[in-house]
Amino acid sequence: MDPLMLSRLQFGITTVYHFLFVPLTIGMAFATAGFQTAWYRTGKEQYLRITRFVGELFLINFALGVVTGIVQEFQFGMNWSSYSRFVGDIFGAPLAIEGLLAFFLESTFLGLWIFGWDRLGKGVHLATIWIAAMGTAISAYIILAANSWMQHPVGYEVNHAAGRAELKDFLAVMTNVTALITFPHTIAAAFMTTGALLTGVALWRLLRHRTEDEGAFRAIAKAGAATLLISGLVVAVTGDMQGKIMTDQQPMKMAAAEALWNTEQPASFSLFTIGTLDGSQDVFSIRVPNVLSFLATGNFNGKVEGINDLQAQETAKYGPGDYRPNTPVTYWTFRLMIGTGVLAALAAVWFLLGLRKGRVPGRGATSVAILLPFLPLAANSFAWLFTEVGRQPWIVFGLMPTATAVSPTSTLAEVLITVLGFTVLYGALAVVMVGLMVRRVRAGLPEAATDKTFEHDAEQEAAEAELGFGY
Amino acid sequence: MELTTIWFALIAVLWIGYFVLEGFDFGVGMLLPILGRTEPERRAILRTIGPVWDGNEVWVIVAGGATFAAFPEWYATLFSGFYLPLFLILVGLIVRGVGIEYRNKRGAAEWRTRWDTLIAASSFLPALLWGVAFANIVAGVPIDAHKNYTGDLFTLLNPFGLLGGATTLLLFLTHGLVFLALKTEGDLRERANRMVTPVGLVTAVVAVAFLAWANLQTGTVFSSIVAVVAALAVVGGLAANRVRHEGWAFLGSAITIALAVVSLFLALFPDVMPSSTDPAFSLTVTNASSTPYTLTIMTVVAVVFTPLVLIYQGWTYWIFRKRVMVQPAKAQP
Ligand code: HDD
Ligand code: HEM
Ligand code: HEM
Repeated sequence: MDPLMLSRLQFGITTVYHFLFVPLTIGMAFATAGFQTAWYRTGKEQYLRITRFVGELFLINFALGVVTGIVQEFQFGMNWSSYSRFVGDIFGAPLAIEGLLAFFLESTFLGLWIFGWDRLGKGVHLATIWIAAMGTAISAYIILAANSWMQHPVGYEVNHAAGRAELKDFLAVMTNVTALITFPHTIAAAFMTTGALLTGVALWRLLRHRTEDEGAFRAIAKAGAATLLISGLVVAVTGDMQGKIMTDQQPMKMAAAEALWNTEQPASFSLFTIGTLDGSQDVFSIRVPNVLSFLATGNFNGKVEGINDLQAQETAKYGPGDYRPNTPVTYWTFRLMIGTGVLAALAAVWFLLGLRKGRVPGRGATSVAILLPFLPLAANSFAWLFTEVGRQPWIVFGLMPTATAVSPTSTLAEVLITVLGFTVLYGALAVVMVGLMVRRVRAGLPEAATDKTFEHDAEQEAAEAELGFGY
Repeated sequence: MELTTIWFALIAVLWIGYFVLEGFDFGVGMLLPILGRTEPERRAILRTIGPVWDGNEVWVIVAGGATFAAFPEWYATLFSGFYLPLFLILVGLIVRGVGIEYRNKRGAAEWRTRWDTLIAASSFLPALLWGVAFANIVAGVPIDAHKNYTGDLFTLLNPFGLLGGATTLLLFLTHGLVFLALKTEGDLRERANRMVTPVGLVTAVVAVAFLAWANLQTGTVFSSIVAVVAALAVVGGLAANRVRHEGWAFLGSAITIALAVVSLFLALFPDVMPSSTDPAFSLTVTNASSTPYTLTIMTVVAVVFTPLVLIYQGWTYWIFRKRVMVQPAKAQP
């Protein structure tokens, strides 16, 4: 282990951890806003209770999203100072703008929403949660544009005298095609994750305590499953578009995702492949003819380049070196992203059918309901692992190798301290957070407080049911 | 004015915003187990910062991001150089944020007292370390020809750095006390109000010593004048608190913090991180900055959106302007 490997490990751990909360924050903000809108429109007490229930789960999650995000912001300078020096002229701007445009919006309006029930008019109060939700989407777009620039750098020029990349066209960076397609895919994935959580939670309540607030949990489960299914379709469509862009921009990533060693025309899609350890050829594989050609190029007879040929091409272009990402990781994470997502969508279909006409899904439903939220969560983690590992050895594709990006001053001991420190802290917080979530779900729907006494009521409840909303 | 000078000033503004706003959050956090004697009092104390603490914290995120965007070399040298102190600050911010949000999610007494201790400790840590960091930035640290910091954690724990840490710690403590006196009522308010004078006097002595030392090292006429005004504001704030004008007292401690930051930044300019190894290696607003194109874009964004942020954050403070009541515990069923 050297500081470089440890820094990579640390970035992976902290970023994947941050992204466990991010999709739920994005989706739950909109879900809470949606239920509150339903209450605002219909005045039905049930929707207020659902809003509070979903809102409390949202806030438990949001707290960890915020505190893990701060680490992300600091990490570029702490562990990747050479990266920061080289790309700061381009990469710093989106980060600063994200804070100014999105984080202020999210945090300020969420504060107003939590504590504003009896101080704001009903309409204004509803607006605060919508504005916070918009904040999460704005933040997602800007940070994804930054990440897309690393996948597919545009709008820049390298200034060799200054030894850095310089921004030439800000608009090009913010409207990078990679960002334009990554955004809907990631947002849809966030809605899948939220849909799965709501479905899982509501079904679990329904199956355990059939008669308690049946109508409300039925409504949550149906809304959740429908969201899961519909956003699952959006994820598939946008994912397909991403595949084509990726073949174009990072052909090596596509080849590695498919364990396609040699260029094929037409190319077959691998269902299952075991390759040699150096990742240069198959030992065993099951393949479907022509399908990869279609996925990568939109044409069943399209040509897809293989790892070995790309390696030769890139050596010619960038000089001697190994330009192959870790093939087993990219290959399996890609399949697991899709696989866990498809499973979640199938469960949604089952539950939607099972919930028709006052029925509840039958045998096995409880275990599936408990498992369900973890499927898209896992899909998200696999997906980022795939996207980031598949880009290696580059930190900025074609421009800067990861090995040159690390802070030259980092010592092994320092990085070890922070890797262990964050891992232990994050582990402990995960236990606390899941514990609170489970408690909140166990306690069932909160009482319908009128907007006037909402916050004070929560205190009372905190004493009684050990659960609170505001402080 | 040069764009680089404007951005140097804007980054100072962001740090002022952060220290003035999160400063009282840190103070309130440290005071939670001390001033809050009963459960309802502790809840009231947390409720004074509940709606705003997260918005206050975003100031540091934007300060970091803006440094990255406008002065990448500064961001890179500072964040990689002050590696372990920043890690400890992050741990503090993580535990504190989770503590504030999770403390009241369960009623069990042990759960709450455990979080209260953690909130106080995790407010203490960054309040101290930010001062250590800034004192060292101003005084200069070992930086080599490649703009890399060559010291370690213990390089930063020098007497001047520690005095800087004590200064921010005490300033935030006083600021938090004044804030609580302003935002609570009854017995709690009385106690906070009474604690302001003794704590404030110690703060004034330490802060004056620190600012004097800083200005003797690298100060200019301007930075020294600002430091003197900062010292006057402390005293003015304490006097206002004695006669129970808590709004004015809060303004006093806010101005003190703001001017202390201004004084340090004036003493720093045109360096952003002076090198104690060789002045030729110092990072300056020119050799650490982004291109004029990037700075222009950032300026446009800042000019359009900063006022907007100030307006809605200001509105939040207006909405929650009432003093927080200590709610008697409801009879348990
Ligand atoms: C697609 C969405 C997405 C992605 C890829 C990331 N984040 Fe994030 N981040 C969010 C979406 C988000 C959010 C939805 O806006 C969060 C989640 C929870 C929250 O409070 O806001 C957030 C919070 C959050 C915060 C705290 C904001 C606050 O105090 O309110 C910071 C500083 C960052 N993030 C920074 C980053 C950085 C530097 C990333 C890149 C490595 C990153 N995030 C990846
Ligand atoms: C949009 C936000 C981002 C997300 C969600 C994300 C996610 C990930 C993930 C999941 C990994 C895999 C961890 C591993 O390989 O062990 C990773 C690796 C990495 N990411 Fe990103 N990333 C993001 C942005 C960035 C940015 C802005 C940088 C810039 C420094 C970056 C640099 C790295 C590095 C250096 C690695 C290690 C590569 C490796 O070990 O293979 N990422 N990231
Ligand atoms: C039909 C199924 C899917 C396909 C074809 C697909 C396709 C893709 C592709 C090609 C990428 C890589 C983009 C790049 O690196 O340039 C990607 C990334 C990603 N996918 Fe998927 N995906 C699918 C399902 C899912 C599911 C179910 C989730 C989560 C619930 C998900 C979440 C993500 C995320 C978070 C990323 C990283 C961000 C990004 O680059 O967009 N995907 N997906």
